[in-house]
Amino acid sequence: MAIAEQQAQAAQGSSETSWHSIVLQTLKRNEISLIPYVPDRVLTPLIKNLHADPFFTTFATAREEEAVGIVSGAWMGGRRGAVLMQTSGFATLANVLASLAVPYQIPLIMFVSERGTLGEFNYGQSLVCRTMRPVLDSLALEHHTITRLDELEFIADRSVKQAVTTQAPVALILNPLLTGGKTFDK
Amino acid sequence: MTTRNTKVMNRFDVTTRLIAKLKHEEAVVGGIGNTNFDLWAAGHRPQNFYMLGSMGLAFPIALGVALAQPDRRVFALEGDGSLLMQLGALSTIASLKPKNLIMIVMDNGIYQITGSQPTPAAHVADIVGIAAASGLARSSWAADEEDFERLVDEAMAAAEPSLIAVRIDDKPGVGTTRRDPVQIRERFMHGLGVREPL
Repeated sequence: MAIAEQQAQAAQGSSETSWHSIVLQTLKRNEISLIPYVPDRVLTPLIKNLHADPFFTTFATAREEEAVGIVSGAWMGGRRGAVLMQTSGFATLANVLASLAVPYQIPLIMFVSERGTLGEFNYGQSLVCRTMRPVLDSLALEHHTITRLDELEFIADRSVKQAVTTQAPVALILNPLLTGGKTFDK
Repeated sequence: MTTRNTKVMNRFDVTTRLIAKLKHEEAVVGGIGNTNFDLWAAGHRPQNFYMLGSMGLAFPIALGVALAQPDRRVFALEGDGSLLMQLGALSTIASLKPKNLIMIVMDNGIYQITGSQPTPAAHVADIVGIAAASGLARSSWAADEEDFERLVDEAMAAAEPSLIAVRIDDKPGVGTTRRDPVQIRERFMHGLGVREPL
């Protein structure tokens, strides 16, 4: 087995220090309980554990912008949420970011599983990935690409708190170096 | 019931009738364009939210409010063209079954605000049929204004989400919402008791 794959497997581990358990605990600590998502293979362990934890209301939506609408309404009603998606899903969000989340100053928290890089096998995924950061930058949105397990909690926790206190969206991009990503044989 | 036996009503009139029934600080989310213009024209309430974009998201936004405040009834007003952009949201709502969400669709079969072009659904699809097949069993056409008011009363007493579709004319909205998104959002949050004014 290639060293990179061994590292990727270690990164996906199921112990308390796995990336997905850190994300789950960070959400809980920040009282983020409403989690609509459009699924992604890499996010599967996180989604499974969120469904299993009664603290969270976790459910699939048909489109990512629908999920953004739901957590925006919930925020205005006094309940915090976060949206889980894949890179290709983020690419459907420019309109709702520019016409709802940003102008209404809503602390939209997005977790984006990054496909399209570091071993992508689908040309379309690699192209759509290149649109993500230019869209985020064009709206001057805060975003971080998380590559290291030891930095995940700090980045995620601080970013959630910053989003809430500054009433501004944030995108946390979960890179394959963190999650292992999706590879051709899977 | 299909649209065939329904009276063609007026959006502003129907919206005014709805607002007159709200006595318990119910939240109302107005969809893009004429739908929220007429909500505005019916008289601003602190529990009104007006969309200035994000076409198709009135029901998802209202769903979020309903999930955050399960003890408050939440209405969403949406146009037929807007709903067509986000039909999947009907299944999401059917799946979650929020007891306090009431959806109203203003159906004139046209994109009135952009020049009255017919929607792709205009002569072929039935909004209530789509909603029912999406899992929203309590979906009905309002036959006339009196029937609309009756359906609203029933929906407010129901223990599951309801959708009421209203066939409306091609008139534009009566008012124009003040386009200040931050103030709209902040006042809505005050109206919902989430925040106090500074």
